[in-house]
Amino acid sequence: MSEEKNRVLTISILRFDPHDSDDFPHMESYEVEEAPGMTLFVVLNEIREHHDNSLKFDFVCRAGICGSCSMLVNGKPTLACRTLTKKLDAHITLAPLPLFELIGDLSIYTGKWMRGLNERLETWIHDKSNELNVDALEERMEPALADEIYELDRCVECGCCVAGCGTIQMRPDFVGAVGLNKVARYHLDPRDKREDEEYYEMIGNEDGVFGCMTLLGCEDVCPKDLPLQSKIAYMRRMMLKTSLKN
Amino acid sequence: MRKKEINKIPARLDFLQSATGLILALFIVGHILFEASILVSDEMMYRVTLMFEGYYFFGERYPGIISFLAAAIGSIFILHAGLAIRKFPASYRDYKTITEHTKRMKHEDSYLWMVQVITGFMMFFIGSVHLYIMFSQPANIGPFASSSRVVDELMGPLYFMLLISVVSHAFIGLYRLALKWGFGEGVDTKKSRARFKILMKSMIALYIIVGLFSLGKYTYIGFHHDFSDGVRYQSKTIVVGEHE
Repeated sequence: MSEEKNRVLTISILRFDPHDSDDFPHMESYEVEEAPGMTLFVVLNEIREHHDNSLKFDFVCRAGICGSCSMLVNGKPTLACRTLTKKLDAHITLAPLPLFELIGDLSIYTGKWMRGLNERLETWIHDKSNELNVDALEERMEPALADEIYELDRCVECGCCVAGCGTIQMRPDFVGAVGLNKVARYHLDPRDKREDEEYYEMIGNEDGVFGCMTLLGCEDVCPKDLPLQSKIAYMRRMMLKTSLKN
Repeated sequence: MRKKEINKIPARLDFLQSATGLILALFIVGHILFEASILVSDEMMYRVTLMFEGYYFFGERYPGIISFLAAAIGSIFILHAGLAIRKFPASYRDYKTITEHTKRMKHEDSYLWMVQVITGFMMFFIGSVHLYIMFSQPANIGPFASSSRVVDELMGPLYFMLLISVVSHAFIGLYRLALKWGFGEGVDTKKSRARFKILMKSMIALYIIVGLFSLGKYTYIGFHHDFSDGVRYQSKTIVVGEHE
């Protein structure tokens, strides 16, 4: 391997334990020697192992699939496990995603928020006419449509689009890109028998698609590269069409 | 089954905001070019003025047409402002939230939206002044009359601020409209968006340069022309009877 000296990274972390009444939000810095192929996941484990075992942060899959390790890296929401340190300056600032309930330090409770969202938008197949028959063959679907739906289903609910959205920071009832993406996914799905009017009821308002100000923070930070800009525009057109229909 | 009653207002408000913005932006795209006719010659600008006064259609000048246009654009302008103000940060807390968010993210499109808010706010005032003068003094447009307004009536500084704000607002607005409704997004939105962004920035630069040159020319005429015979331009080729 090369004889070059590795960089020493300075990691500044916004720390706060909301359950400790004596604690207050403050920055703490740690120095970590960079290693080849190092991700922030590795860095944070290194800090917990060698510097401070009280540091709180979330990880499950460390491969960009579970969406647990979302945080602000130098102010931008992203997944820590998919962030290579070599692409960043030697001084890195980490903070928890805003808007979500803080568990402590970098650990946030996205699950609670996302559950609320899924209940609000009823993100499951609605089919009132048919009783579920597990023996029947599923209706066929065009592969292109199946691909399109699958593409949107790749969302891991990491919350980056929510933290990247300026609209939702000002108006917390706004449904956000994660919500509009899910609605688009069920709207495309022929198995979902909800009528356009029912969709309009959910998102045809200023907390829904008409509240989106097209700042496109969502599109630019989504770690899964979901087509958020395109799908929000799609829902906007569909909802306008619905309003013109009757 | 009973059809669900839906509240169509939010859809209409959103669509109207976009539609009025589109009309105003397209109007500006034409406006600044017509006004730049002064860069060709005084005579050219005079003929453009005559055209808008209906001379080539009716054989007489009807400045009332300009009043009507100003009133129509003014109404759309007020409607657009009323619709767009819904999106403004409504409190200091909102303002602080969005500015801190934008700075922290260093995010260009969020920043562009802030430009829309600021330029939009500026135009509540300077746009209104301009529109009202066009409405109330429709006959005072022409190579000399306009120059006199820029210099003697001190409209130059206001036109300068208006130029900068309206050009930025119009082209950023057109860019945002395309993304908002999915116009020309193609298969790869990252690519089409990057192209639209370059187009938007180039048009802003181009229109501000053209606008500044025009304003410079009007200012030059305003300072150097002898207005002792009044502000009427006398064409050597077209003799127009004044319609009063």
